[in-house]
Amino acid sequence: MVHFTAEEKSTITSLWGKVNVEETGGEALGRLLVVYPWTQRFFDSFGNLSSPSAILGNPKVKAHGKKVLTSLGDAVKNLDNLKGAFSKLSELHCDKLHVDPENFRLLGNVLIVVLAAHFGKEFTPEVQAAWQKLVTGVASALAHKYH
Amino acid sequence: MALSAEDKCNVKEFWEKLGENTHVYGTEALVRTFLSFPATKTYFPHFDHSSGSPQVQAHGKKLAAALTLAVSRLDDLPEALSSLSDLHAHRLKVDPTNFKFLSHCLLVTLARHHPGNLNPEVHASLDKFLSYVSSVLTSKYR
Repeated sequence: MVHFTAEEKSTITSLWGKVNVEETGGEALGRLLVVYPWTQRFFDSFGNLSSPSAILGNPKVKAHGKKVLTSLGDAVKNLDNLKGAFSKLSELHCDKLHVDPENFRLLGNVLIVVLAAHFGKEFTPEVQAAWQKLVTGVASALAHKYH
Repeated sequence: MALSAEDKCNVKEFWEKLGENTHVYGTEALVRTFLSFPATKTYFPHFDHSSGSPQVQAHGKKLAAALTLAVSRLDDLPEALSSLSDLHAHRLKVDPTNFKFLSHCLLVTLARHHPGNLNPEVHASLDKFLSYVSSVLTSKYR
């Protein structure tokens, strides 16, 4: 189970406070679909995913990205109990959505690249390390109920 | 997953814009890797791993130079990186997982410094390039 130091919690929470959830979510999910095109397999109903610009401009991608990142906000509020916080979502992703947990790791890392691009100098190696722990913890929590 | 003509173009153009700073980025990528993925430090037990360490800086410079070489030889990467490939297979024996960590931290470093140049298409091409370099470097492992 991942354990966050007080400093890491503070680092994560403070950056989260500045994140535009809607924009960042859409950007991260969009880039996931562009950089790792096989992830598009889960989004047949999303319409036009034929090019990077189509993907990044797709309203369903943006909406879903916002949903996913809003969920990450729950993680930030529950750093001491990620498994508990994501228990239902974990069951959903296994039983209904059938998503390979590797995709959570891919999305987590794409999100980190997006945060680095957005926050620049502020996204120091220390800040990145705290966020890597978060995305790893979330990915693992989301995979926890798989069977 | 071969590099398309467009990928090669994206990588070359992006790399050119980095100018003389590649050694800084190589070093920063290493620092990020050591901090975010502490197990990677096991390959450098003799290093001072902190930011500012002359050993990390020297190694970051080597890394950057190898990548710059790779960018200039995208059409024959296995040949261009042949001796590095031998080195990693027969002497260094770095577990293949670690190339993913370093590649990711390189992308994070480049995103942090050049967000405007890292649009989704370029991001994809760079990710493919780093993945290809990693596979060449581990190609002689067994």
